Amino acid sequence: MEYNDVVEAVVFALRKAHTELPDDVVKAIKKAYESEDNEIAKRNLEAILKNIDAAKKLGVPMCQDTGIPVFFVSVGRELCLDFDLKAAIVEGVRKATAEIPLRPNAVHPITRENSGDNTGMNVPQINVDLVEGDELRMVVMPKGAGSENVSALKMMLPTEVNKIKEFVVENVKKAGGKPCPPVFVGVGIGGTFDGAAKLAKKALLKNVLEMDEFELEMLEAVNELGIGPMGLGGKNTALAVLVEMGHCHTASLPVAVNIQCWANRRAEVVLR
Amino acid sequence: MEYELKTPLSREEILKLKVGDTVYVTGEIFTARDEAHARALEWMDEGKELPFSFDRGVVYHCGPLVKKNGEWRVVSAGPTTSARMNPFTPKILEKVECMAIIGKGGMSDEVVNAMRGKAVYLAFTGGAGALASQSIKRVKGVVWEDLGMPEAVWLFEVERFGPCIVAIDAHGNSLYRR
Repeated sequence: MEYNDVVEAVVFALRKAHTELPDDVVKAIKKAYESEDNEIAKRNLEAILKNIDAAKKLGVPMCQDTGIPVFFVSVGRELCLDFDLKAAIVEGVRKATAEIPLRPNAVHPITRENSGDNTGMNVPQINVDLVEGDELRMVVMPKGAGSENVSALKMMLPTEVNKIKEFVVENVKKAGGKPCPPVFVGVGIGGTFDGAAKLAKKALLKNVLEMDEFELEMLEAVNELGIGPMGLGGKNTALAVLVEMGHCHTASLPVAVNIQCWANRRAEVVLR
Repeated sequence: MEYELKTPLSREEILKLKVGDTVYVTGEIFTARDEAHARALEWMDEGKELPFSFDRGVVYHCGPLVKKNGEWRVVSAGPTTSARMNPFTPKILEKVECMAIIGKGGMSDEVVNAMRGKAVYLAFTGGAGALASQSIKRVKGVVWEDLGMPEAVWLFEVERFGPCIVAIDAHGNSLYRR
């Protein structure tokens, strides 16, 4: 495996993420379309499904907000990487921005000057995990701002475990139509202040059709809000609530809610 | 009801529209989001003439993805979250005869009130950028390009842009209030 293999793999994964939604996500949206009887909700879901088809057919990004690229990279311990992996990922993002193309979204936080190529200080965001095996696995999740802006974190009291659901529902309610519902709700429970946020984001990588009892219970509570597709009313405010947990300090209970729009874009590429 | 809106708009046709109606927009629209709104208000305060007109116009809350191949071409251009424009919009509404906003997610009660008698808010499906780009026929121009691609003001020629849903009408009704 060489530097250029990684660059090309990054371009491939970004192109796939932007033009083709994962099967489980499309299935969840179709199921929502079938379940709605509210006319406006149904028409919005129909537009979403048509848009998914158009993006795939035309090979263009389904949403103009092509997000900030977030990478989850697993490095197998038997690998020998004799090059700068981070530099290769950054170059892949630059190349993808020009070729696909992607909207340049990364700006300096204070001057607001746009870097023009989706790279900059700590962008792309790269999360590294060290694993067994001889593979380099890269998952890319382009994260848009409409949904990221309504995400939240709370350092709850250790005795407030029974209030986690309330915190999740309250945040989806506050977000209203802003994050392009129906949304996917990533919930990080435990860890540390920053760890909980990371867990919430990682939760969004899970299969959206496989929820446990706790996740389903929260989904039901969220959908009782009636916010509906695009905030215009309906049964489907969220399509899934997905939880990742981590052990935490006995005095802590960090809980993070990372909202994702209906365009739950992610793609994976594996190199050996 | 279903309506065809053509630019420049008239107050009369704006007043006809009711929440829940479907609208297709034809003519010229322009994009503006946070930075363009802030600059537009600055210029208005200084008495400088804007290179585009909110008055009788259609402002699209959108930061498009465009590509230059000789001339500019729209790749993907769905709406952005309108709530970020809440602080700027009432001041702009004061200065217009009538106006339409295309966006997603809705706007504040203050904006809903400022829209009374002169403006409507048209909801286009958020994230449907590939679909939206199909009814944008041409990029007529771009101003304030120094703000960067998403924040610049893009002038689009559109044909039957929609379907948009009247989500806030000029009579104080909003589909987002529940």
